[in-house]
Amino acid sequence: MNEFLTHYAFLIVPIIKVAILLFLVLTVDAYLTWLERKVVAHIQARWGPYRVGPHGLLQPVADGLKFILKEDPMPAGVDKIAYFLAPFLTLMLALTSLAVIPFGPQHFTVWGYETYVSIADLNISLLVLFAITALGVYGVVLAGWGSNSKYSLLGGLRSSAQMISYELALTLSVVGVLLLAGSFSLRGIVEQQAQSSRGLLGWNIFPQIIGFLCFFTAAIAETNRVPFDLPEAESELVAGFHTEYASMKFAMFFIGEYTSMLTVSCLCTILFFGGWLSPFPLSWTFTQFLPAVLLILFGLWLIYDGIRYETLFGRLLLPGVGVALLALGGALFAFPMINGYIQGPFWFLAKVFVFLFAYIWMRGTLPRFRYDQLMSFGWKLLLPVSIANVVLTAAAIFFWGKP
Amino acid sequence: MNASLIIFFVLAAVAIFGAVSLILQREPIHSALSLIVVMVALAGLYLLLGAEFVAAVQIIVYGGAIMVLFVFVIMLLNAGEEERTDFSKLATFGGIPLALALAGLIAAALTRSTGYLPAAAPHGDLTSTKTLSMLLFKDFAYPFELTSFLILVAILGAIVLAQREN
Repeated sequence: MNEFLTHYAFLIVPIIKVAILLFLVLTVDAYLTWLERKVVAHIQARWGPYRVGPHGLLQPVADGLKFILKEDPMPAGVDKIAYFLAPFLTLMLALTSLAVIPFGPQHFTVWGYETYVSIADLNISLLVLFAITALGVYGVVLAGWGSNSKYSLLGGLRSSAQMISYELALTLSVVGVLLLAGSFSLRGIVEQQAQSSRGLLGWNIFPQIIGFLCFFTAAIAETNRVPFDLPEAESELVAGFHTEYASMKFAMFFIGEYTSMLTVSCLCTILFFGGWLSPFPLSWTFTQFLPAVLLILFGLWLIYDGIRYETLFGRLLLPGVGVALLALGGALFAFPMINGYIQGPFWFLAKVFVFLFAYIWMRGTLPRFRYDQLMSFGWKLLLPVSIANVVLTAAAIFFWGKP
Repeated sequence: MNASLIIFFVLAAVAIFGAVSLILQREPIHSALSLIVVMVALAGLYLLLGAEFVAAVQIIVYGGAIMVLFVFVIMLLNAGEEERTDFSKLATFGGIPLALALAGLIAAALTRSTGYLPAAAPHGDLTSTKTLSMLLFKDFAYPFELTSFLILVAILGAIVLAQREN
């Protein structure tokens, strides 16, 4: 058995990693919908989901059940290949793109097979991500074309025009980071930011603030989110390209969109905000207890909030989770080895969460662009600014050398 | 049979299937989709050869940018099913003999080959992006700039054609 494991470890270990990542990503996607509804609700002075489970925490489970149980009608006159291919393509590409994201610095050996905290560690991981983004347009386009509906077609057309226009700015805004790092590997880009032991100050955001602003704007447009969600503008196009989809096929578009949000947040973190690096200088060793302290504080708050909750289920569940978090925080204090191990993933996920929150925040506060504003913004402002950023960065490196 | 040979044959089969389907499909959008399949399969073949950068660029430029433009135009013009014509005179008397001659030529070359083709001598470490860009922007800078000039001419031509109406 052991011999079998060591012999086929190169195959078994990635499969296990894929399974774990898929489970985590789909759970995060589900609770992202909960977070989005809660945050947008509070921005609009409402309560948001509150009925299913304490604080509406079981709402994603109810939504998932509903997606599975709904009838899945197929409209008349659809282009069958395009209609069925579109949701699968969208979901598959969105999930694939997460395969190249490194979540932490460690590499460990399982059954004699050396592996990293990412599914694949490629030399060209950033290019692979752009390749997947480039193909991602087809999901939307095919859904629009295949549905045999004017709303879908208009949504698909808008979306393809938008994605072509913003892909240029998206790719060009990263070139500055690539010039600084001298590598296409996401791991290499983070390691370059770690070289100065100044913590926060070594991150790419400081030399590349223009690049970051261009990148984040273009990425929001690529993921079809507010304020660039013209392909699914309700007041004009019903639901845009996914008007004719129901049940699980609609859910696939939905999960695809949230997974793309996750990928973009991960990319922002890696390219501009130091990935898994701590924002504090290396000499501040006491900051490594921050995750544990945060866990304990959150656990205490959950217990405090839970014992006053309206329903009995909530009064049991919330304090229970709180006690579990307290125990986890205590364990981090007790076992310094585990604590050292989770530092990278903790900072990574904390930064990703900030970007996800920014996404939702923008959805709650910004109005939608008009179509001509969208086009002139992309071509006349974003693209020239990102080209100027490339020229400026190259000139600065040429005259003063790398920082 | 090692793994890379199996992957090669699978990718080659997908590419040929896509190319044949590209010709046989009647809906323009299905033809475009077939062409995308060919592009992605070719990118897989490049990856198999160790040319990671070329593979990624193949998907980004051809699979992404160019084919999206094709699909976009097909959607915008709302191109319907194509009409089939019978074989034209040019196809009967020019095309079929030429196709047969080409097939015979390939068959003759294959039967006379000694088995192995000599591998192209690798010029430095071609797989690394750095070497590739050094070649492109230093050693072959003039051909590269001339090619981009050619594309500029094409863009100008498109603008002139579009402006003629007004």
